[in-house]
Amino acid sequence: MEFFRDRAAYGWNLLFPFMIIIGFSVMFNEDQQIMYKVGVIIDSSTTQTHDSEDISVSAIEDHQYRNFRKTKYIDFIEFNVFSPALEKLTHHRIDLLINPRSKHYWISRTSPKGYIVERLLKAGVENRKTLYKEKKISGREIPYSEWLFPGILGMNIMFSALYGVGYTVVRYRKNGVLKRFSVTPLKPYEFLAAQIISRLYLLFITTLIVFLGCTLIFGFKCHGSYLSLLALFFLGGFSMVSVGLVVAARSSSEEFANGILNLISWPMMFLSEVWFSLEGAKPWVKTFSAFLPLTHLVDGARRIMNDGATLLEIKYQLLMLAGMSLLFFIAGSVSFKWNSN
Amino acid sequence: MNTVLEVKNLTKFYPEVKAVNGVSFSIEKGICFGLLGPNGAGKTTTIEVIEGIMPPTSGQILYRGKSRGTRFREEVGIQFQNTELPAFLTVKETLETFRNLYGRESDMDELIEICYLQEILNHDNRKISGGQKQRLLLAMALANDPELIFLDEPTTGLDPQSRRHLWDIVRNIKTKGKTVVLTTHYMEEAQILCDIIAIMDYGKIIASGPPEKLLEEQCNGIAVILHENVDENTLNSIQGNWIRMKDGVEIYPENLNDCIRTLMDLEINLSKMTVRPQNLEDLFLKLTGKRLRA
Repeated sequence: MEFFRDRAAYGWNLLFPFMIIIGFSVMFNEDQQIMYKVGVIIDSSTTQTHDSEDISVSAIEDHQYRNFRKTKYIDFIEFNVFSPALEKLTHHRIDLLINPRSKHYWISRTSPKGYIVERLLKAGVENRKTLYKEKKISGREIPYSEWLFPGILGMNIMFSALYGVGYTVVRYRKNGVLKRFSVTPLKPYEFLAAQIISRLYLLFITTLIVFLGCTLIFGFKCHGSYLSLLALFFLGGFSMVSVGLVVAARSSSEEFANGILNLISWPMMFLSEVWFSLEGAKPWVKTFSAFLPLTHLVDGARRIMNDGATLLEIKYQLLMLAGMSLLFFIAGSVSFKWNSN
Repeated sequence: MNTVLEVKNLTKFYPEVKAVNGVSFSIEKGICFGLLGPNGAGKTTTIEVIEGIMPPTSGQILYRGKSRGTRFREEVGIQFQNTELPAFLTVKETLETFRNLYGRESDMDELIEICYLQEILNHDNRKISGGQKQRLLLAMALANDPELIFLDEPTTGLDPQSRRHLWDIVRNIKTKGKTVVLTTHYMEEAQILCDIIAIMDYGKIIASGPPEKLLEEQCNGIAVILHENVDENTLNSIQGNWIRMKDGVEIYPENLNDCIRTLMDLEINLSKMTVRPQNLEDLFLKLTGKRLRA
């Protein structure tokens, strides 16, 4: 009841995921996705000298440039004057600078993206002697927003569970409500169970609303079983609520609890593959990510929603979530105190 | 057995302070027992240890002759000194929530009537006044139709009208045969509501008994208040005790007539003199050497 009457929290829980999905759908529209920026000098009469040691200049062929111009996801920006273009290249605001008339290009040796774009430029030439043959693969293309959607649902569950339980219990303890409960026949485990059940119920409702809304607006589909998804979200929600209970076990300081919750939620948000894949990340980052409940929740949700996985196929994620839930629930229950004294 | 609560040699020590230092008393059924003392005397700590909020350092607490257990929790109602109400709930919902926590429940309509909550039943807890909040907290303490009720400074911070309203409720509770334990630093409140009082200071009970009997035994005289600057020699010439106040002096003469005569002889200005019977505050002053509200 408190949740539904707290309009600010209620609105945030429902509106925020929609705003994220809409924003990212617009920002990462496939047609507008630009990976690299290449400056093109269109007035060859300008002076083209430079004295930066970081900048190197090389020659290109006409056909190289023509092939290169067909490359997708590159923004070709025209410049009339060489100097400002060179300055942008030096500051890595463009990744490569090319003059098709003088048949030269410039890159910054310290720019990783410049290195990649140069390789793209050089690879744009057909080479009959190449040893690699193209093979086409079949599969459903997953737009970024659709890939992101399970992560947003998981993140929403995380924030709602952590702050909805953790922060609330700490606030109750601070203002004496828990103290009032402690002198009734209500047992600690009954209170905790009520918190868990009520929060899971709210998570179900808010997640359902967001899921249905996004499905209707954006046409997202769940390629796996909805029941499997429900089971996964239930387990994931339970694990998050249990984390919240650990945070709220004894503290009566809202500032301290807020700090701890931020310390937990922000790394989880960025290292659980909510926004981007951790492929290519350092091994210790991936190891750390494996210990976060949100990682398994998001991974499992993506497998169900995007790949149509069954519960059996995500048993690893389910086992990890179940294990973490048990661990955090026991820790939170054992350490729970009505009062901070 | 008529003894509802027995406290034996209760202590509660903290690293730097002995908050409760050997407190003992017993409370009979149906009376209002008052724990009176200044802020920091140990009243709230004593009550909270008895209520079970915190464990004692040593001592024994018996409810109906037995250690506190499930029956204690079911039959005791408590109103704390400082408690917030659950946010986003109405008055009625709050009462229902707490009633549902117990195996025994008060009649809801009677509860509302006793505590004058009719007009605010559907009000959000965040939007009720201080006096209304105290009445709701009292109603929560009565939600389980308790046998023993703890009221920790129930009228602190209330205006005089709200205070008297609450006194009426406590008197009403007493008529139903409930036992009340009240802590307060308002001597008027203790005198009006309590059948037995225990005066606490520095964690110890320094006097206990019916208020009238305590006053009769220890403080049965008159207090003369002079809003004048009277020198010490003059005051010492009057038989009795005196204490200097911020804007005058209070004299507790052994003989009122002799005192007035002496003051007149010394041409002390008596136009602003007031005379009253001694009260619990005077008793506290006599016992501790300082005022109750210090």
